[in-house]
Amino acid sequence: MNGLVYLSNVVTLELDQAKCNGCLMCTIVCPHNVFEIVGKKAVIMKRDLCMECGACDKNCREHAISVRSGVGCAAGIINGILRGTEPSCDCSSSGNCC
Amino acid sequence: MHSDYITGSLSTTAGNVPRISTAWSVNDILNTVRIRWAIGRMNYKVEPGLYAVGNPDNDSEVFVTCNFKLTFDHVRKALSGMNSWVLILNTKGINVWCAAGKGTFGTKELISRVTKLDLSKIVTHRRLIVPQLGATGVSAHEVKEQTGFRVIYGPVRAADISEFMHNGMKATREMRSVEFPVWERMKLIPVELSYGRYYLFLVPALFILLSGLNRHGYSLDLAFANGLRSAFNLLVAYLAGLAVTPMLLPWIPFRRFALKGLLVGWVAALALYLLHMTGSGWVETVSWFLMIGGLSSFLAMNFTGSTTFTSLSGVQKEMKTALPVQIAIAALGVVLWVISKFLSV
Repeated sequence: MNGLVYLSNVVTLELDQAKCNGCLMCTIVCPHNVFEIVGKKAVIMKRDLCMECGACDKNCREHAISVRSGVGCAAGIINGILRGTEPSCDCSSSGNCC
Repeated sequence: MHSDYITGSLSTTAGNVPRISTAWSVNDILNTVRIRWAIGRMNYKVEPGLYAVGNPDNDSEVFVTCNFKLTFDHVRKALSGMNSWVLILNTKGINVWCAAGKGTFGTKELISRVTKLDLSKIVTHRRLIVPQLGATGVSAHEVKEQTGFRVIYGPVRAADISEFMHNGMKATREMRSVEFPVWERMKLIPVELSYGRYYLFLVPALFILLSGLNRHGYSLDLAFANGLRSAFNLLVAYLAGLAVTPMLLPWIPFRRFALKGLLVGWVAALALYLLHMTGSGWVETVSWFLMIGGLSSFLAMNFTGSTTFTSLSGVQKEMKTALPVQIAIAALGVVLWVISKFLSV
C-alpha cells in the first residue's frame, strides 16, 4: 500500500470470534485485506487499514462483525454538521459528490 | 438519452432485452473526458434493467452493475466476447462504491430488480456476479434467502472480469484489493478542481478589489498591480491543496491530510516568497503564509472524500483539531493582509 495508511487506532471495527463460523465472506469483501482466517476463525490482522466501509458487517451472516460505517470524507462531515444530519456525501444540490 | 450502445434486441422467455455493444464510440470517449471534468457528471446515466452482451442463453452469467454510464462503459468493454447478461441497478447515476455506501446499490434494489425482471425465468442457474465494492450495500445472504440467487463477489475492477472468469470465478487477492496509485489520483484532479470553480473566481476577485485599499484611501492602480499578484498566490494555494497534495500523497510526511496540505502550502508560500510574490513588508509575507497554509490544508483535508482508504472515525478525529486551526490561521492571515494594506505606502 505504498504509504497510503490513515490514522492508527481510530476505527470502530469489532469482531466477536465466538460467533464466527469461518465462512470467509469478510476476507472476500474487504477491499483492504483486513481479515485473515486463522484456525477456521476470522482474525483482524490489519485494523489500521480498515476504512469503515461496512461490507464485512453487511455480509456476515452470523453477525460476528460490527463497524460504524460511513463516509470518510471531510466535506461530507461538514455537510452533516451544517444540516444537522449524519455525515453524508449526498451533496446533489451543488453537484459536488463522490 | 445516449443510446448508441444499443445494437439490437434479444427475445427471451421474459420479454425482449436490448443487446449492447462492447465497443466504445468516439462519443463515449469524448463523454468520458467531459465527465472527468465534472461537466454533467450527475446526469450521466443508463436506463436500469437487463441487457444482453452477444448471444446469452439461460446458462450465461449475470453481471450486476450500477447505472453510472462511465461504469457501464467499462463493464461492457470488459465483457467483450463473452455471451452474458448485464443487470443494471438504479443508483441514480452514481458509481457502485459510493452508491453502495448510500444503499442505492443495495440488497433491496437488487432483490426488487431480480424479482421484477423474472430473472429466474431467463436463466436456469442461480448466480449473480456482483462487483466486490457493491458489498458495502449488498447483503449476500439476504439476497439468497429472498431470491434464491447466490451472490458471487467479482473483482473490484471491471478490467479483471475476464481473468476472474478464467480463474473459475475466484478473485485473486490483487483483484480484491483497492489500491490508489498515482495515475488514479491524477484522474481525480480535474474533478477536484472543477468543484471549486466558483470560489476560484469569487475569492481572487474580492482580493483584487481589496488590494486597492491603502492609508490614503483607494487606488485602482494598486488594485490592479497587487490584486493580480494576490490572485496568483491564491491560485497557487488552491493547486497546492487540490492537485499537488493528492498527487504526491504517499510521499508527503504525516498521516493527517490537514498536515500534508499545510506542509505543501508552506513550501508553495516559501517559493512565492523567494519569487518576491508575498509583498514587501513582513506583515503581508506572514499573512500569505497563514492564508496559503490554511487554505491548502483545508482543501487537502477535503480530499479524504475522494480517497479509497480513509475512515469516517479517522476523518472526524482529524477534523476536530484541524478545522478550527485552519479557520483561525486563514482568518488571522486575512486580517494581517488587510492591515498590511494600511502599513505600506
